[in-house]
Amino acid sequence: MDSVRSVYTTPSSLTYCDLPWIIQHREDRCTLCGRCTAVCPVNAIYLTYRRQRVPKLDVLKKKRGNEYRHFVGIRQHTSIEKKCIGCGMCSSVCPNEAIGPVPNTNEHRTVFHQNQKGEAWKRGGRRNKSGATILDRIAFDRISMLTDPALDAGRHEFSLNTILGRVLPPEEFLRRKMAGEWIPPTREIFPFIIGSMSFGALSPNMWLGLLQGVAYCNEVLGIPVVMATGEGGCPPWVLKSPFLKYIILQIASGYFGWDEIIRAIPEMQCDPAAIEIKYGQGAKPGDGGLLMWFKVSKLIARLRGVPEGVDLPSPPVHQTLYSIEESVMKMIQTLSMAFGFRVPVYPKISGSTSAKAVLNNLVRNPYAGGLLIDGIDGGTGAAYNVSMDATGHPIASNLRECYLDLVAQGRQNEIPLFAAGGIGKNGNVTQNGMALIMLGASGVHMGKYIMQACAGCLGNEMGRCNVCNIGICPKGITSQNPKLYRRLDPDDVAQRVADVFMAIRTEMKKIMAPLGRSQSLPIGMSDALGIDDADVAKRLNIKYIC
Amino acid sequence: MCRLALKSSDTPFSPYEVLLAMEAMQEGYDGSGLGLLMRGVQFTDFNYEKDKQVILSGIAHTEEALSRLNGLMEDRGFVQKYDHEFTVHPELIEASDRYKYIVRVYRKPENMDEANLEEYLMQTRLFLRRDGEEHGGDLTVFSFWSDVVMIKEVGWPLAVGDALSLDDNRIMARVVMAQGRQNTNYGINLYACHPFFIQGISTMTNGENTAFVPIKEWLEGKNIPGYTGYQSDSEVFTHILHYVTRKLKLPLQVYKHVITPLKSEELKNHPQGDFLQGLRVACRRLIIDGPNAVIATLPDETSMLVMDAKKMRPAIVGGKPGTWAIASEMCGMMAMVPDRDPAFDFQPMREHTVIIPPDRKELQIWTQFDPFTLPQAA
Repeated sequence: MDSVRSVYTTPSSLTYCDLPWIIQHREDRCTLCGRCTAVCPVNAIYLTYRRQRVPKLDVLKKKRGNEYRHFVGIRQHTSIEKKCIGCGMCSSVCPNEAIGPVPNTNEHRTVFHQNQKGEAWKRGGRRNKSGATILDRIAFDRISMLTDPALDAGRHEFSLNTILGRVLPPEEFLRRKMAGEWIPPTREIFPFIIGSMSFGALSPNMWLGLLQGVAYCNEVLGIPVVMATGEGGCPPWVLKSPFLKYIILQIASGYFGWDEIIRAIPEMQCDPAAIEIKYGQGAKPGDGGLLMWFKVSKLIARLRGVPEGVDLPSPPVHQTLYSIEESVMKMIQTLSMAFGFRVPVYPKISGSTSAKAVLNNLVRNPYAGGLLIDGIDGGTGAAYNVSMDATGHPIASNLRECYLDLVAQGRQNEIPLFAAGGIGKNGNVTQNGMALIMLGASGVHMGKYIMQACAGCLGNEMGRCNVCNIGICPKGITSQNPKLYRRLDPDDVAQRVADVFMAIRTEMKKIMAPLGRSQSLPIGMSDALGIDDADVAKRLNIKYIC
Repeated sequence: MCRLALKSSDTPFSPYEVLLAMEAMQEGYDGSGLGLLMRGVQFTDFNYEKDKQVILSGIAHTEEALSRLNGLMEDRGFVQKYDHEFTVHPELIEASDRYKYIVRVYRKPENMDEANLEEYLMQTRLFLRRDGEEHGGDLTVFSFWSDVVMIKEVGWPLAVGDALSLDDNRIMARVVMAQGRQNTNYGINLYACHPFFIQGISTMTNGENTAFVPIKEWLEGKNIPGYTGYQSDSEVFTHILHYVTRKLKLPLQVYKHVITPLKSEELKNHPQGDFLQGLRVACRRLIIDGPNAVIATLPDETSMLVMDAKKMRPAIVGGKPGTWAIASEMCGMMAMVPDRDPAFDFQPMREHTVIIPPDRKELQIWTQFDPFTLPQAA
């Protein structure tokens, strides 16, 4: 027997009981095929030989002894870098249901050690705060069918689309129309938008699947869905394809991919849906984009014009500019001009108490085509945990505040506000989106939800998986490793995109019909909203219901 | 649901005729109130001159309010020419605080051009309304305009007509519009009763405007004087009509394109599709929703009927050259113009705007898919 005193522990020595996920292995079922250990993205488990001592006492021979049983079993690593992430890929490959991760309900000791070698914790996903969000708790309570014939969600026609782009006041529209002057471009789009996820953050198969699905929604289903690229450009074959009209191209502080885009302009068959200028993002306000070296593959390096295998941290601000005012003005105008003033250009900012300042700036900029505000629950491919968990502003009150500010100025029709950050966090995507629309958003962007619903992303807000940053996505969604992303069939993703948007369309009607709305998207219809929290109701200027 | 009736005739008639039409449609509404608007007004006791005089309509709820009104009108330079005394039967009125129903004729102030006068009249109406509100609601003002009389009261429409002896032919008019319900979607308030009025433009609606709050917020944000009140979701219909025709100076037909624009695929094939597409974007906060039949009258005695985009409410137009009527139901139409040929009655669909022009010779039935008004014999 070993002496207890000889057990050596380091400050970061943990047992499997200290980890957020504990592997439960049923030896009686295990066939020792080894698939689980091969598939585990973090090498959390290993196959090992074990010896079990069985004390034996032979009474007749008056002899004491031991018998030793040898067996092969699965064991769990306890080092921080190999801790189980709970993805459950082991269960998915096990032929005998012999293995799977179980959440540790008591201990999350790893949190204290997640900064080995002085590296602060970086991860993917979104703010690890689970439970119902404010949006989840909003009810649509102004039921019109009691006073009037009800609309039939299944049979009546509904106008569900929204407008992206600068809208002129009616007087100004008429004046310019008569004078033959420039009218800012607008797009009629579906109000649920696939939010910016870069070609780089996502695997080629994921990106292809999304684009296929979006094209199908537009061309077959008649749902004008658009998707945003995120920073990092767009594959040249897409830039020169007729599918570009479904794509919002993002330019961010790293300007990655814009060489390719600018070069492709003369060869573009159509204009992109819009240009998004990223100033901030809800998951990591004040921080630039981050593509970690694991994911900078040959293809990504070519698209972004960088060497392979280096970290690509974008600066937090646009480098060429001295102030946000100057930045907004110059970039919006430059990009409008690059596309012949035919494409709406709008900024994306992180939710913040200073969002109104940006908004008021935009109101005075005749080229600004909208404002996207991304709240604290927004997802990301890579960020510091502290940014994700603790920095930012929830979207509901931020959006509402901005909308009411526009209402007070009588400009709410002019700068469409788009909201993002936690839409569909708990799966209630249509309810969340419609609540934001009725609080004043012209539409919503959703990224994480799309990964979860269309590609089977396993991440959640209780720390599950969240390894998008290091290119080991077990589902192949956020990996640049062909061995991983070939697990994801683009056709399947496209199918799910179509499923998701068809369902959202139906659910929108199911929400709008009882409210008596069908002719236009109920933007700012706050009289239809109630929440069971008096303080929140007061803050959002909606009804308190209980 | 409420019921609407409008009659327009070359020869002035008693408003009681329209109340009888409301009575005919009694099964369709709860009779919780009456709103009545008259144009082309004629008094038996006074020779009203439209060009020289304006009419104030409202209710003084107390003697004090009435004497305050006298002073305020004097201060603002209005000389009273006639005070219409209704023969009132108070026992038929539900409310007890009706000191005097006001229909007063004032001389138009001199040395004021038309635009300034219109502004002044509206400002005076709003001023009086505010004054009433500041004094515990003791003064209610419905309209102050040339050739417009408005009566609003809580109660069954015919009973209100009897209470004010509207059948005595002392007030007659060429255009009468009536609505038979207090606003029951929100609180009971005389200001919430249709028809609504701003600068000579008036509308009444059978329906519910479910897009009320965003439209109201947008109109209020325009800071246009008079775009206030909104005790009823239907008041925005009046203000949108005012905005489209007076502020944007667009033809009457465009009203329909603003409140219920065509779909994108329909506009692609429309001769004015490009313009209308742009207009729809610019005016998208004015898109109404819910089931609505909107009836409007204008200062030149034009009357108009517009349906919601799904034709969710009933309405019928009929009549003969010289006399036309719009009603929610056929029985209302029968009561107002019994001697017409019912075969020519017209029930507008979702795309239609029906206009009774001031000459009352024929109806104009205009569809949204056409670029121009198409006159049609009824």
